[in-house]
Amino acid sequence: MTLALPTRRQEEWRYSDLDALAAIWPVPAPTRIDVAAGDIAHHHLLQDAGEGAAAVHDYVIDIADGGRCDFHVLNIGGKFGRVTLTVTLGKGAHFELNGAIIGGGDQVLEIISSVTHAQPDATSGQTIRSILGGHATGSYLGSINVARDAQRTDAFQSVKAMLLDRTTTANAKPELEIYADDVKCAHGATVGELDKAALFYMASRGMDPATAKTLLLQAFVAGVFGAVPDEALRERFEGAALARLEALV
Amino acid sequence: MMLTIENLSNEIDGKAILKGLSLSIKAGEIHAIMGPNGAGKSTLAYTLGGRPGYEVTGGSATFEGADLFGMEPHERAAAGLFLGFQYPVEIPGVSNLQFLRESLNAQRRARGEKELNGGEFIKLAKEKAALLGLDMEMLKRPVNVGFSGGEKKRAEMVHMGILDPKLAILDETDSGLDIDALKIVGAGINAIMRQKPGGPDKAVLLITHYQRLLDYVRPDHVHVLAGGRIVKSGGPELALELEREGYAEVIAA
Repeated sequence: MTLALPTRRQEEWRYSDLDALAAIWPVPAPTRIDVAAGDIAHHHLLQDAGEGAAAVHDYVIDIADGGRCDFHVLNIGGKFGRVTLTVTLGKGAHFELNGAIIGGGDQVLEIISSVTHAQPDATSGQTIRSILGGHATGSYLGSINVARDAQRTDAFQSVKAMLLDRTTTANAKPELEIYADDVKCAHGATVGELDKAALFYMASRGMDPATAKTLLLQAFVAGVFGAVPDEALRERFEGAALARLEALV
Repeated sequence: MMLTIENLSNEIDGKAILKGLSLSIKAGEIHAIMGPNGAGKSTLAYTLGGRPGYEVTGGSATFEGADLFGMEPHERAAAGLFLGFQYPVEIPGVSNLQFLRESLNAQRRARGEKELNGGEFIKLAKEKAALLGLDMEMLKRPVNVGFSGGEKKRAEMVHMGILDPKLAILDETDSGLDIDALKIVGAGINAIMRQKPGGPDKAVLLITHYQRLLDYVRPDHVHVLAGGRIVKSGGPELALELEREGYAEVIAA
């Protein structure tokens, strides 16, 4: 028996491209990542599916007591590109997500995370930067669930979107469910456009508009991949991000 | 003639600011424009630089024989025009060195010249930073972020030194400078923009409220801008007269 195709009434599919999804439905089972107690794990995903394609990558991540998982995502490919991360944190565990969404045309790109602080003293950090042009839609839906026993939870979400055209859509939806009382959960979301004063300043020094915009956008996503430990991998991510945003400006 | 402005009028948000301004600058000359607040001094600088929203409604500006208003702002820079900002813009995340190297190489590409490589550029940047007494460490920091008013103005002059323009339009470069910094900036303007015998053509348009910068950068011509027009022109003595008598007195005379 196959699962029924999701509908937009389901919150986590609300902004998705369900027509594109239908072509690849049902999607494969999620990738499971188990981080043993005290271990440190690095994972990454470069979602660069071909033009017109749909790609769904689901991860279920369990981080045991005192473990740590760093996840880097660059979501740039396909007509519909979706990455979901369902994370459960043990006592004193840490999860760090750094993600960038860069899309143009009529792309629909999304990152959906659900982080459960099941035990005390766990920490999580999520930083998402989106650059959208044309008629693209970029979404980040991030829920943080803090269990009753998960005291001293410390979690943050930082979400910023840069819109290159007025025809784009950015969705940023933090959702906090907190049942413990000694908890820090910070979340911030901004949606903006390139600074016109900066663009004129750069033009006055001789930069053509494409060079100036590229430089500002590079600065905007700088840092997302700064912590990728493997240098070759970091360069691959930064190179792919740069190539994608150069194609947008 | 390096720059000829004829009967220039413009509007910002539908409001007329410049109302038939004419001015000519020859290579080798330094001109100063002085005038009361709201006269249109900064508007003139921004209009010549091509800032969006500064709509030209009449007249013309010819720079080195080309129609200045037919060029995009970055094309004007590549043609040799430099605009010094009264309020330099902060750009977080972009270092001065990256900003200047991209700027210089974009200009060089536009002119069909060879781009500078990393080593060549750093050498040039060091030389110009030293000229303005600006620590190279400052150039590694993001553009103008966390700079004091005086540091921003010195950094602007480092930009000018590296880009080596033909015509510099400097909008209140002296504001926010203490006496020592004023001396350094004045000497920098002279070193970078004074035409040298046998050297390339250079000219400066200084926009200022005060005489004091003109003690260091001696102008050949001084103009008074009021009500969107040049209402009086003269030699360096006019600046001293303005300082002594005030704008109202001189404009009325």
